Amino acid sequence: MGKNLHDTPMLDQLESGPWPSFVTGLKRLANDNDMMVDLLGQLETSYETRKGYWKGGTVGVIGYGGGIIPRFTELLDDNKEPLFPEAAEFHTLRIMPPAGMHYDTNTLRKMCDVWEKYGSGLIAFHGQSGDIMFQGCTTDNVQPAFDELNEMGFDLGGAGPAVRTGMSCVGAARCEHSCVNEQKVHRMLVNAFLDDMHRPALPYKFKFKVSGCGNDCMNSIQRADLATIGTWRDDMKVDQDEVKAYVADKGRKYVIDNVITRCPTQALSLNDDDTLAVDNSNCVRCMHCINVMTKALSPGDDKGVTLLVGGKRTLKIGDLMGTVVVPFMKLEDDDDFEALEELAGEMIDFFAENALEHERTGEMIERIGLINFLEGIGLEVDPNMVNQTRTSNYFRADDWDEEAGKWNERKAAG
Amino acid sequence: MSAPRMPDECGVPDPFPYMHPTMKENFGDWKYHDRPRPGVLHHVANGGDQIWTVRAGTQRQMDLYTIRKLCDIADEFADGFVRFTIRSNIEYMVTDESRVQPLIDKLGEEGFPVGGTGNSVSMISHTQGWLHCDIPGTDASGAVKALMDELYDEFTKEEMPNRVRMTTSCCQINCGGQGDIAINIQHTKPPKINHDLVANVCERPTVVARCPVAAIRPALVNGKPSLEIDEKKCVCCGACFPPCPPMQINDPEHSKFAIWIGGKNSNARTKPTFHKLVAAGIPNNPPRWPEVAEVVKNILSVYKEDAKDYERIGEWVDRIGWSRFFEKTGLPFTKYHIDNWRGARTSLNASAHIRF
Repeated sequence: MGKNLHDTPMLDQLESGPWPSFVTGLKRLANDNDMMVDLLGQLETSYETRKGYWKGGTVGVIGYGGGIIPRFTELLDDNKEPLFPEAAEFHTLRIMPPAGMHYDTNTLRKMCDVWEKYGSGLIAFHGQSGDIMFQGCTTDNVQPAFDELNEMGFDLGGAGPAVRTGMSCVGAARCEHSCVNEQKVHRMLVNAFLDDMHRPALPYKFKFKVSGCGNDCMNSIQRADLATIGTWRDDMKVDQDEVKAYVADKGRKYVIDNVITRCPTQALSLNDDDTLAVDNSNCVRCMHCINVMTKALSPGDDKGVTLLVGGKRTLKIGDLMGTVVVPFMKLEDDDDFEALEELAGEMIDFFAENALEHERTGEMIERIGLINFLEGIGLEVDPNMVNQTRTSNYFRADDWDEEAGKWNERKAAG
Repeated sequence: MSAPRMPDECGVPDPFPYMHPTMKENFGDWKYHDRPRPGVLHHVANGGDQIWTVRAGTQRQMDLYTIRKLCDIADEFADGFVRFTIRSNIEYMVTDESRVQPLIDKLGEEGFPVGGTGNSVSMISHTQGWLHCDIPGTDASGAVKALMDELYDEFTKEEMPNRVRMTTSCCQINCGGQGDIAINIQHTKPPKINHDLVANVCERPTVVARCPVAAIRPALVNGKPSLEIDEKKCVCCGACFPPCPPMQINDPEHSKFAIWIGGKNSNARTKPTFHKLVAAGIPNNPPRWPEVAEVVKNILSVYKEDAKDYERIGEWVDRIGWSRFFEKTGLPFTKYHIDNWRGARTSLNASAHIRF
């Protein structure tokens, strides 16, 4: 202990200014943690040369094949020895937070104590995948650090070609827009597939994210292989007295400009008596009016979820949004939850069997077509899955009558 | 030698033991919320219970002293419970309105800005950068710190037409994700290959398969099995670099910054959208990346001035048109703004709709 700080003139410039400074925090840790002294040395070098100096490797805990992000320094001196030896190993433990990222201070303090004992003292709340990131640990300390966190009731998250750490919004815990028990969905989906998380053997990553309404605070449509979005299928609730109060407070022009005309399907109209008319059959549950008039408007009572599949960023074929595969599904009793878990299992199995190496679910669907995917997991087609029907006439319609018959049968069955 | 400890595969923890009691009691039973001031949410339950949430920005990469300090504040002012948002803001919950102001004062004293709610510029969600990533072209925490210093007032106030959600990413994989404004590294030169190392380090077929434009092929170089790149085809995406570190894509000079706008994950009003390119070629200039801040602040000020209430940045540009966006911001429009990837023709104007 007690290694002197390296000069860090560039990083020092990030200590000024009003926003909390991570550099000040790193330096504070460096006062009694040599790993941080050398981490600062390497980071300053990166700032000077504008290059990164970490390489990956293979570090894990007993029984698991993923969840640790190994980092070994590439900054070597003339004798091929690490230039910053105390930070030569700087691994991260990805730890899954309680669904919704709730903590009591006792737990956070215990986490700090564990990390003071075994790691660098640097923790990120949270990484982009939703994990608590315990950053900076030697290879030898990874196992004991994990053991203590595991004893506290915390588990490693996903890394590599595996089911990944899930995310869910604050939802039912503190949001009136919540249409589903987000935490329950999140925990059920991830915890049902822990084997696929802890022992990576899928073609590539598979992510679950859960948002309780169309505001999609978890960015699930764009980033999750299976996005679960809360919605409702009856009428939205309108408290006309509150509508009147809102109009009285804000004025008719404001309400017309910012609520009525902002409805994407023109399903709203302001009546002469300052009450609100809603064409619920044309409401698409976009959430805008409910976001603006929080006291007057709320989701309906017949709640459930919309499922979308295949969201991801660019690599390799370009950005993909999730696609609707289940327009509405009730999620109330145990049978409903079981049905969702089963469907997720079908998707993961289909993905494991049919995706190419390093191909995400959305890319696989792009390659094989949505119909093959739907048939593979046993879902019926639905017009809510498309923005528009096909424009290309290059298709074979041999079985048109049969397919039309299926649709008519489904309609007749209600 | 005793048997090794096997992990307890406990998975995602149940949040209820960690949750503020008032949130537990009213789980799924909230009636409405309002915002008494920027940085404060006020939720009312159907049964009449109320809870005030005070949201504050953090540096995300936190030393344990900072975390303990945040815990001290929670113990003293907020019943010992906190939660974090997806953008690394911390939230304190109190059930007594009179405790809101002392909590805000305390957070201010300790240097944690209160804000990030409603129509503010919230904390920038970001990646790991030079601190911990194995493939970064720049730093993340540092760029975010520098930018949030510049945007501090927009975090603590709610003066934007609608919420602004920003992201940064230290390579083109874009772990930072979609944003109203996304600030991402954009490589501009093909990888530099260390042919001495490829055969020992890289699984060559995997690397060949990674390339989105089939620009990589196996080759014998200096008598060793290696890989070569058709540099005319290469789009400098960096996809080959993670599985094959000897194919160095990062370049101190030629890895630049690009700015993208109009990403939106919400379904409110319009369907979710991806962000679109508006600027590139911006130098990677630590420790404060002033050139990046200049472009971002310019876009934000034009948006703030010109957009209507509730228009997100992408919705605003959809209304005024791209030609007007470039006119108002003074940013150059180049051939690189016109997409040439698969499906790109759907992004072209197939109409006589022109603004003069």
